[in-house]
Amino acid sequence: MATLTYLQAISAALRDELRADERVLVMGEDIGVFGGAFKVTDGFVAEFGNDRVMDTPLAESAIIGCAIGAAVVGMRPVCEMQFADFISCGFDQLVNVAGKMHYRQDLAVPITVRLPSGGGFSGGPFHSQNPEALFMHSPGIKVVAPSTAEDAKGLLHAAIRDPNPVCFMEHKHLYRRIKGEVPDEIYETPFTARVARPGSDLVVIAYGAMVEVALQATADLDGASVEVLDLRSLVPLDEAAILDSVARCSKVVIVDEANMTCAAGAQVAALIAEKGFEDLDGPVVRVATPDVPIPFSPPLEQAVLPGVDRVKEACRDLLAY
Amino acid sequence: MSLYRQGKVPGSFYDGYGQEAVSAGAAFAMAPEDRLCILHRDLAAHIIRGVTPARILSQYMGRAAGITRGRDGNVHFGDRRLGCVGMVSMLPDMMLVATGMAMAFKLRGERRCALTWFGDGSTSRGDFHEAMNWAGVQKLPVVFVLENNQYAYSTPLDKQFAVDPIERAAAYGFTGVTVDGNDPEAMFEATLAARRRAVEGDGPTLIEAVTMRMHGHAAHDDMKYVPKEQVEEWRRRDPVERQERRLRELDVDVDALRAEVAAEIEAAATEALAGPMPTADDVLDGVFATEAEPLGDGQAPWSGYAKAAAAGGDA
Repeated sequence: MATLTYLQAISAALRDELRADERVLVMGEDIGVFGGAFKVTDGFVAEFGNDRVMDTPLAESAIIGCAIGAAVVGMRPVCEMQFADFISCGFDQLVNVAGKMHYRQDLAVPITVRLPSGGGFSGGPFHSQNPEALFMHSPGIKVVAPSTAEDAKGLLHAAIRDPNPVCFMEHKHLYRRIKGEVPDEIYETPFTARVARPGSDLVVIAYGAMVEVALQATADLDGASVEVLDLRSLVPLDEAAILDSVARCSKVVIVDEANMTCAAGAQVAALIAEKGFEDLDGPVVRVATPDVPIPFSPPLEQAVLPGVDRVKEACRDLLAY
Repeated sequence: MSLYRQGKVPGSFYDGYGQEAVSAGAAFAMAPEDRLCILHRDLAAHIIRGVTPARILSQYMGRAAGITRGRDGNVHFGDRRLGCVGMVSMLPDMMLVATGMAMAFKLRGERRCALTWFGDGSTSRGDFHEAMNWAGVQKLPVVFVLENNQYAYSTPLDKQFAVDPIERAAAYGFTGVTVDGNDPEAMFEATLAARRRAVEGDGPTLIEAVTMRMHGHAAHDDMKYVPKEQVEEWRRRDPVERQERRLRELDVDVDALRAEVAAEIEAAATEALAGPMPTADDVLDGVFATEAEPLGDGQAPWSGYAKAAAAGGDA
C-alpha cells in the first residue's frame, strides 16, 4: 500500500501494465520525452523506450485508428487524448470502426482510450468537456469513470485487460486533489458501482468528480442519513446496484458534471422511472451542467458546474418533499 | 446481380465490375501472414484470401452462413481467420487501421506488411492525410492502393482534387507509383515491389491503380452522369478479357476454365439459397467480446508467391 494521488495511481497502473505485458504500448500527443500534458507518463520513455511510449503526430483520428490496427494484430494499445474534448476528432474511428467491429466480424478490439475530462479550472469550452454520454449511446464501447485513486488504478488495469474498447474518463480536477491508499500489486476493479457512503434517507448517484462533491454536500445534512452511490462504470451500467440503493433510500438525486440533456444521469433516471418506480418517495431529481458550453472565467464556470451548494440544496428540497 | 434482381439480396448491391484486376493483382502479391483491409470493390481479394463463393453469396443475401451472419451486408466483411478486416462505410477509415497494423509489425520486428484499398473519393478525407503522414513519419510496412475509378459516386475527379493524389506520396516522404489498374499483372508486379520495400524496412508505398467503375455506385445508380464515350473506351480495356487473351496465348483452355468457374458459382448460389436466414435469437449478443483473438493468417490458396513467402522464401 502507498498513498498516491489520483494521477499517480493512473501512472502506476500504466507502468505496471507496460512491465507486465509486452503487448501494451501507450500512444498520444507529447507523452514521450515531455511526459504528457499532465505528466501522467513522466519518465516512461527512459524505462520503456520510444517505441512503447509513442509520441504521435497531432492527429486524434490516427491515434485511435492506428490503435485499432495494432490491437487486431495482437497489441494492447492505450491511447491518450490530451484532453477528452479532442475525442471529437477521433470519434469516427472509435464509434464506427472500434465499437462495431466485434458485433459485425467477431473481431475483438482491445484498446483503452484515456480521456482527461471535466472542468473546474478555467479550461474553457474546449478543455473542460465530459463527453462520456456520447459513447454510452454508441454500442460496443465500455465507459468507466473512477472517483478515487484506488479505483483509478484498478479500473485502468481492468480496462487495459478488457478485450473491448474502453473509454477511461479520468477527471483532471481530481488528478492532484484526490489522494488515497492504493495497493501496490495489479488488481482489477470490477465495472460495477460502489457505495461510497451508506445511508437510508436519500441516495445521491454520481460518478467521477461529482462523487467527491456529493460526499461533501451531504456529509452533514441536518442529520439525514444520505447514501452516495459511485457508479464507477457507465457501460456496463450497474442497474442492480442503482435499484438496490433506490429501494433502500426511496429518494434520489442524480448528479452529472456533463451537460444535462441525455447525460449519463438521464439514463439512470429513466432506469429508475421504469424499474424502481414503486420504491420512490418523491420525484427523481437531477443536478447537472445546463446545456451551455463550459465558460472560461471562474465566476461563469462556477455558475454552471454542479457544486456542493447546488447538490446540498437539491437534497434538502427532496428530503422535505 | 441476378440474385439482386430476383429480390434475394436485401438493401443495395455493390460490385467491382471493371476493377477486378486491382484487387486480384494486389491480393496475389500478399503473403498469408500479411493483413488486408478490403474495400467494397474488391471481391477478388476475399476469394484469393480463401473465402468460398457460397459464403460470399450468403453474405450478400443476409443469410446465416454469410461471413457476418447477416449482421452487415454486401462486401462489408472480412474473415478475421483469414487475416482480413472488413471495411466501414466511412472511407478511408481502414487506411489508419492498416497503418496501425504496420506499426505493430514494425514494433515487433516482423517481416510482414499491411495493405488496404480505397477510392479516389477517399483522398479528400482527413484520414487519408493522417494515415499517409503517420506511415511516412514512421516508415511503416504498409501498402496503400488507391483505386482511381474516375468517380466518387457521381463526382468526377476534376471536382475532387487539383493535383493527382499520386503526387502526394512524395510530399509524405515515400514512393508513389501509377499503375494500369486494368492489368492484373501490372498490379501484381507493383504490389510485389511495394511489399518488398515494406518488409525490407523501406517504408510505405502509394499505388494509384487507374481504372474505371463500370457499374453505378450501387445497383440503383444508372450512371447517367458518365459520358457514353468514356464507358466505351474503358469497355475496350476490360481487365478480365485482357487477361483471357494472355491466357489463350499461353494455350490455356479458357473456355474450360470459364465453364468450371460458372459451375462453381452455380453450385455456390444453390448452396447459399438453400441456407437459412439468421434467426433473431442472438441479435443482441456479441456487441462486446469476452476474449481477444487476433487476426489469423490467410490461406491464399491460389498464390504461388504467397506460398513461397509463407515457406520463408522471397519471390
